[in-house]
Amino acid sequence: MTDNLRKVVIDNVEIDVDPAFTIMQACEKMNKEIPRFCYHERLSIAGNCRMCLVEVVGGPPKPMASCALQIKDLRPGPNGEPPIIKTNSPMVKKAREGVMEFLLINHPLDCPICDQGGECDLQDQALSYGVDFSRYREPKRAALDVNLGPLVETNMTRCISCTRCVRFITEVAGVPEMGQIGRGESSEITSYLGQTLTSELQGNIIDLCPVGALTSKPYAFSARPWELIKTNTIDVMDALGSNIRVDSKGKRIMRIIPRNHDGINEEWLSDKSRFMWDGLSRQRLDKPYIRNISGRLEETTWDLAFNAISDKCLPAAKILAISGDLVSAETLYAAKKLVNSLKGKTECRIGDSYLPPRDRAAYAGTAHIGGIDVAEQIFLIGTNPRLEAPVLNARIRRAWLRGAEIKLVGEPVSLTYEYQYLGPKLKDLSKLSSNFLKANQLKNTLIILGQGALLGEEGPDVLHAVKDFKEKTNSELLTLHVAASKVGAMDLDFVCDMGYHSSIKWSDVVLNLGVDDYEIPKGPFVIYQGSHGDRGAERADIILPGCAFTEESGTFVNTEGRPQMAFKACETVGDARENWAILRALSERLNVPFSFNSFDELRTQLFHDKPLLGAIDEVPTNAWKSSQKFSKKCLEKNLNTVFKDHYLTNAIARSSVLLAELSKNKNKVNSKKGLKVT
Amino acid sequence: MLRRLDKKQPLNFKFSAKNLAWAKKQILNYPKGRKQSAVIPLLFRAQEQEGWVSKPAIEVVAKMLDMAPVRVFEVASFYFMFHLSPVGSAAHIQVCGTTPCMLRGSDGLIRQCKDKISKRPMEIAHDGKISWEEVECLGACSNAPLVQIGSDYYEDLDEESFAKIVTDLISGRKPVPGSQTKRFSSEPIENLTTLGTKVEEAQNASVELFIDSSIKEKGSKTKRSLVSKKDAPNA
Repeated sequence: MTDNLRKVVIDNVEIDVDPAFTIMQACEKMNKEIPRFCYHERLSIAGNCRMCLVEVVGGPPKPMASCALQIKDLRPGPNGEPPIIKTNSPMVKKAREGVMEFLLINHPLDCPICDQGGECDLQDQALSYGVDFSRYREPKRAALDVNLGPLVETNMTRCISCTRCVRFITEVAGVPEMGQIGRGESSEITSYLGQTLTSELQGNIIDLCPVGALTSKPYAFSARPWELIKTNTIDVMDALGSNIRVDSKGKRIMRIIPRNHDGINEEWLSDKSRFMWDGLSRQRLDKPYIRNISGRLEETTWDLAFNAISDKCLPAAKILAISGDLVSAETLYAAKKLVNSLKGKTECRIGDSYLPPRDRAAYAGTAHIGGIDVAEQIFLIGTNPRLEAPVLNARIRRAWLRGAEIKLVGEPVSLTYEYQYLGPKLKDLSKLSSNFLKANQLKNTLIILGQGALLGEEGPDVLHAVKDFKEKTNSELLTLHVAASKVGAMDLDFVCDMGYHSSIKWSDVVLNLGVDDYEIPKGPFVIYQGSHGDRGAERADIILPGCAFTEESGTFVNTEGRPQMAFKACETVGDARENWAILRALSERLNVPFSFNSFDELRTQLFHDKPLLGAIDEVPTNAWKSSQKFSKKCLEKNLNTVFKDHYLTNAIARSSVLLAELSKNKNKVNSKKGLKVT
Repeated sequence: MLRRLDKKQPLNFKFSAKNLAWAKKQILNYPKGRKQSAVIPLLFRAQEQEGWVSKPAIEVVAKMLDMAPVRVFEVASFYFMFHLSPVGSAAHIQVCGTTPCMLRGSDGLIRQCKDKISKRPMEIAHDGKISWEEVECLGACSNAPLVQIGSDYYEDLDEESFAKIVTDLISGRKPVPGSQTKRFSSEPIENLTTLGTKVEEAQNASVELFIDSSIKEKGSKTKRSLVSKKDAPNA
């Protein structure tokens, strides 16, 4: 590429750029800021807002849209001089002012009551290119608002027709249900026949909208961006570890928006992660509870609760700690330390899905999420990425658009791209001929293994069968988890040899760290430590209220094995305490005190013990352990997917009124279509 | 002008066997994977068949071309040549109102439409037979003012001749298109200046086409209303 560079002069400075660059990209390389509305680097180029106009000397005597003109299309000067681009000449300034004036003709002056105020591209750019008066005397345009559902509020009169939302929904989300109808002044952005949106990524159009036409319904009129405290942290609603920013005001979380991380979520976020925040203030456990003689849970103090626990945790008691979906590695580390010193056991594989202890290349996989971008062929085994990790699904869709072949084994799910359905069983993989496999050795192949494939007794066999297939096809493996804490727990070896079901039967006392999806059978004494009064708390004998993930710091390892740090965004509720501190106090009571006294000391010890977790934001290469013999019976098993309901997968999500509504709507749509509720 | 789909929609739409065959041939005109290029021809054929573009028609076309319905709707709503609500079954009169026609009296034609058809455009009158609308330049300014009905142009109109056309249409007759002042095409009204040779034909090709197809359609019945060779200009 280097010998192919083209010289251009941008604002009197000569540089060499790739001829495939657009003028805008070349200018950005020079740190020249070009204003824009319609251009977005992750969407196709529309070139319809005309805000990015620049002057091209020697070209046609008019300003050119820099987002849509490539360097290679520029003409050199009469004596072969490099083309000259001006980004701040009087012509450019005048042209942009003209564009801005047109955009503002029909844009209402309602910034004081607009939620976009303070973070509005139009507002910001009007500061540099706007005029302080209007020459327009004709009637103004107004548009009817469309109902896009419970997430996206519309104020279509504010719309400047940049079509970013249309392009996102069509290209990235892959559900073409928005469009621009009509023409000229009367053109409108709308959904097809006013239907509500069904995408799991629709919240992103709120971020994409450069004006206040699409705003967040749940966040409406509740805060101004400048009064929010912004905390950069990690999402735990799925195992992707999407980078998010939590905006809070006082004790309350006002909204969650994505941050850019090219390796994980790019700049998208799934609706579940974006809109679950109302669940963080509902159904909270704010006081310790204890089950009294009549079998009812009643409020108590920390002291009494600890007394009751130390009465139960006798030296002879068999203690089991189980980990839920939203627990940080630090908490797990402390819990494991506590339980180990009481000669108890730990287990994190609460779902029926089998994961091999100490085989990181299998439980975290060998591939990066970014590997999807270069894969020529992707096998989906027992997974529905659209529900298990919608943002990841968008990346697979992009691979498909690029030409990658997608093949699926398992439940035939509805995805946002076409795939070749091989069949419901692993056996169906053998349909692929040996010639195919041979050819495949050379191809860049990725296997995405869902947790649904590893369900049940056959789990270990299925895993080895998949590992065998991976070896045969010389491909990479990405194990797609659904719980944010799972890989971290596996890294900490938070498992026991018996597996979940036998260990529960074995135990006398269960320390339940937020397990809500699986009922604990009668028998053991259950200590529930968690943030929400969900199913797990109902079964508890003692409840210890802990912080939710936004109220304490912690490390989470995502599905590809990348540790990331989440940070405290706001204060917790009532008497709840940070999870590690509860365990620290408990260890004191049980006479097995920890050697650390602060969170930092705990973290230092953790990172010392498990250096993998200390390598923040790095995906280590995992050594491959070759597959073992497996029983052929597993090839006959129908592979399932794990989720019954995408929106209600954990305690926080189940406490959210909004997600409950989304779930209801989704089921309604599905039943209308005559589909099975998934 | 804001255009939306009509509130009353038919339950379904189906291309006639002939049109379906034609549509399939159209799709083959484009390279593989570029099916959606055929969207305008298909929509237009659907409109020719039904008189207007309905929601089921949009969806049928979308399905044939592997497009999202909203993409087809975008196209249908963009081009004014697609009617999104029903139009007159016998005729939908498109009156040109752009400057040359306006200077030559198109407002008189619109007045006639309002008098004889309906007060407002796109309203169907006379038992669903006829409707009208004002359109932008039809591109035959030298024969201004003019109207388009279906695929035919009625040129060199005045209020009187236009009123007769409207009355004919209402009573089920099909007036002959072309110049209503007996011009052959767009030559000077008085003397030929540059191309002085006389034209042999009685009428121009598009009028000829209309006459031929009318004869084919209705046999000798329509012959009465046809222009005889004697009356034709330059005969």
